[in-house]
Amino acid sequence: MSLVHARPLQIGESEPRADAPAKAAGRERYAIDFYEEGMLWAGVKRADIPHAVFDGIDVEAALKVPGVVDILTAKDITGSNRQGVARRDQPVLVDDRIRHRGDGVGLVIAENREALRTAVQRITVKATPLPGVFDFETALREDAPRIHEDHPDGNILLKGHLETGDGTAAFKACAHVVEAIFELPYQEHAYLETEAGWAVTREDGTVEITASTQTPFRDRAEIAEALGIEEERIRVIAPFCGGAFGGKDGITVQSLLALAALKYPGRPVKMWWEREESFVASAKRHRARCHYRLGAGADGRFHALAAELFYDTGPYDHLGGAVMALGLEHTGGPYRIPNTCLKAWAIYTNNPVGGAFRAFGIAQATAAMEQMVDMLAEKAGYSPLEIRRINAVNQGDKTPLGVTLQTSTGIVQCLEILQEHRMWRDRAVWKNEAGPFKKRGVGLAAVMHGMGYGPVIPDVANARIELTHDGRFQVACGVVDMGQGNASTFLQIAGDILSQDRKHLTLVLPDTARTLPSGSASASRTTYTYGNALIKATFLLRERVLKRCADLMMVSDLGELALIPGAVCHVTTEREFALGEIARVMDGNERVAVAHFRAPQSCELPDIDPNLRLHGIPHVVFSYGAHLAGVEVDLLTGDIAVKQYLAVSDCGRILNPQLFEQQVQGGIAQGLGYALMEEIPVEKGEMKTLNFSTYLLPTALDIPDMTVITAGGHEATGPYGLKGVGEMPTSGPLPAVANAVADACGIRLRHFPMTPERVLAALKKERP
Amino acid sequence: MKISFALNGRPVTRDLPPDRRVVDALREDLGLPGTKEACGTGECGACTILVDGVPRLSCLMLAAQLEGRKITTIEGIGKAEKPHPVQEAFVEAGAVQCGFCTPGMVLTAVHFLEENPGPTREEIREALSGNICRCTGYQKIVDAVELASKRLSKKGTTE
Repeated sequence: MSLVHARPLQIGESEPRADAPAKAAGRERYAIDFYEEGMLWAGVKRADIPHAVFDGIDVEAALKVPGVVDILTAKDITGSNRQGVARRDQPVLVDDRIRHRGDGVGLVIAENREALRTAVQRITVKATPLPGVFDFETALREDAPRIHEDHPDGNILLKGHLETGDGTAAFKACAHVVEAIFELPYQEHAYLETEAGWAVTREDGTVEITASTQTPFRDRAEIAEALGIEEERIRVIAPFCGGAFGGKDGITVQSLLALAALKYPGRPVKMWWEREESFVASAKRHRARCHYRLGAGADGRFHALAAELFYDTGPYDHLGGAVMALGLEHTGGPYRIPNTCLKAWAIYTNNPVGGAFRAFGIAQATAAMEQMVDMLAEKAGYSPLEIRRINAVNQGDKTPLGVTLQTSTGIVQCLEILQEHRMWRDRAVWKNEAGPFKKRGVGLAAVMHGMGYGPVIPDVANARIELTHDGRFQVACGVVDMGQGNASTFLQIAGDILSQDRKHLTLVLPDTARTLPSGSASASRTTYTYGNALIKATFLLRERVLKRCADLMMVSDLGELALIPGAVCHVTTEREFALGEIARVMDGNERVAVAHFRAPQSCELPDIDPNLRLHGIPHVVFSYGAHLAGVEVDLLTGDIAVKQYLAVSDCGRILNPQLFEQQVQGGIAQGLGYALMEEIPVEKGEMKTLNFSTYLLPTALDIPDMTVITAGGHEATGPYGLKGVGEMPTSGPLPAVANAVADACGIRLRHFPMTPERVLAALKKERP
Repeated sequence: MKISFALNGRPVTRDLPPDRRVVDALREDLGLPGTKEACGTGECGACTILVDGVPRLSCLMLAAQLEGRKITTIEGIGKAEKPHPVQEAFVEAGAVQCGFCTPGMVLTAVHFLEENPGPTREEIREALSGNICRCTGYQKIVDAVELASKRLSKKGTTE
């Protein structure tokens, strides 16, 4: 087919993705796509009570449903029955306490899906209700019901308090001060592929789990502990995800599937959550309250920042502590602010679980901070761009946390490029072209995003590349591709170093039995960390292949040899040895190269709360972006149409422009959904939107064509100069659109998203 | 009940429960997992198939409705060695990320370009607005359909 490239893949070029042809043909097999002979279906009975003492379930009626095989409960679990990443506080199946409506209380195993559905409905839950905790005020009260009796800090999962300079005392010296509280909503990941997988216990006792997951290696350890079996007995296989965005950064179906498969050895067991179950049981972007006070001198320079961030983490630590810590670290954005008092809390409630979601705590902080910047600019008489340029950090400056920026820092370049762009220069004309009963405005946001795990947890990847007997290079990729295309980029890296075309490169997707541990597909780290390891491994293998070929050709100088697609050739005589021929004279170990990479870690803030360091503060490599949104507000309906969008990004060197654009465009689209329409109303822990008819996602008519530009940076520690791009763009749209709406019609909302109802109410208040 | 229909150009007769959802029949009984399911309530378009050439949501159809119809799933569009121009354009334009919406998007686009061979970007956006994509922000999908439309119309004039 025309898409097979006969030329070597090259870094820096827009190569079509290696995974795209099979996906476009419907041939790619996701975790949902396996139907084995004699397959059982497993499904979970959910508590549907927000907080209660659990007294068991009544399964009598359910067991009578024809086709039902078994119903398992916590009593069938011999391990800790607890899973989680930092604090392991979430039961696989509830044993003592129900803590949110989505808690699983029983696992039904049936011969088919219909029997499964019927049986799940016929189970009744026996429980003694407890008073619930649904808001921050109640959760923090001394006498609040405690969600985890064993947690020493009550309902505070994790808190942070960091100060620099004179802290709040510095506000006295400010000429201009602005203050506001912003309420940010839950956001559902809404990956199209809901949580799914299948498992089987093989004859040798190994439990093989194929699941839609971002974290196969970490899953294995968690499953082992929760179920009380040896880690060596568990194999986790991770196909391409049908989207994940942080929602599969942790266990969903894995332990449940393993539990069922262990009970019925030899029988494959499948689980595939329906959309409604996915809403009820999955983690969401944390609902948050951000209280900000920002002060500047008469010269427009930021002087003081005080902020309090409250994150509703629900009842379990689905990375909620780390989400809060990253938000805290980025509270003040990419600016020099010498005096700060920053506080944040991740708070347990009986609401839906708050968890990892692309932009991970920073989306909330940026939403608040970037609106504060515009409010201050207005008060102090500066243009929004000018005030950002005055205050933006350069390499060597200190962040609002007092951490020195030691690596590439391109926010100033991003702002400069934005300033020269016609979308900014021609804004006055564009705004004047609004139709009748409509007003147009433009808004800015400056974004930064720290990459990787922070100063304590080793951020490591182990790459493996092999020359196979059929003369191809096989990259064993131990870090998941959830759709962002990192697996394809790995082939591009190997192809570039080895001068191979796509035909001579193959991929092994993450599999704990066939690839090496390389951490999670998260934290904007995958290509940076695994890419660095793969470069090392590939150069090792390249040298071995050339040396072996030099022996075969009886030449002594490797400089006389060149790799070409499928072969090594002698450059002057044009003699060739096919890669397969070279492979056959190499020992099995020699044909495999392995390399390890550990990302750099910050040595700063050594004296802060060790728990904050453990949860990731501070980072050392950051990506940056400057966003410009152009909106049109309908004064009659309150509808906001985003008409144009510009994003300038410093993500270091771009390895594949097409994939870079995919990440930025997709991140903006999710950010626009967060800004404009995505919302989960929750009453007493009960979600009011459980499917896509009430939870609105952006469609092709809601997202404009976006202009995506790179600032052309280069990160010295990155593979070929790259920094992570996956998350950073998601934080920009909400504040950029909010600032554009303020520019258009002088209103500033405090509750998000900016639905037509809220906009209309604010317009009426402004002009009764 | 015995149900007879044409599936990707081949006649098929199967004994299926009349109330079996078509998406399940295709994926489980007929071994064609290329059709995806993402919402189950007709909101997202991931399960789109062509029924007598027209896009329909297979999660809202029952097996009995297949009787006598011509059904095309993603497996019936293009071949591995020679993909459909819409599939090629999706690959080249970078319209595929996680790929889960892609089969439904491709089928919707194939039908749309038959109806409207030279669409504007706005018309493409409207045609795709029943198919949700959570990864791309749609721009490259619109690019792909635009690219395919140019190629298909070129092919039409040279033939």
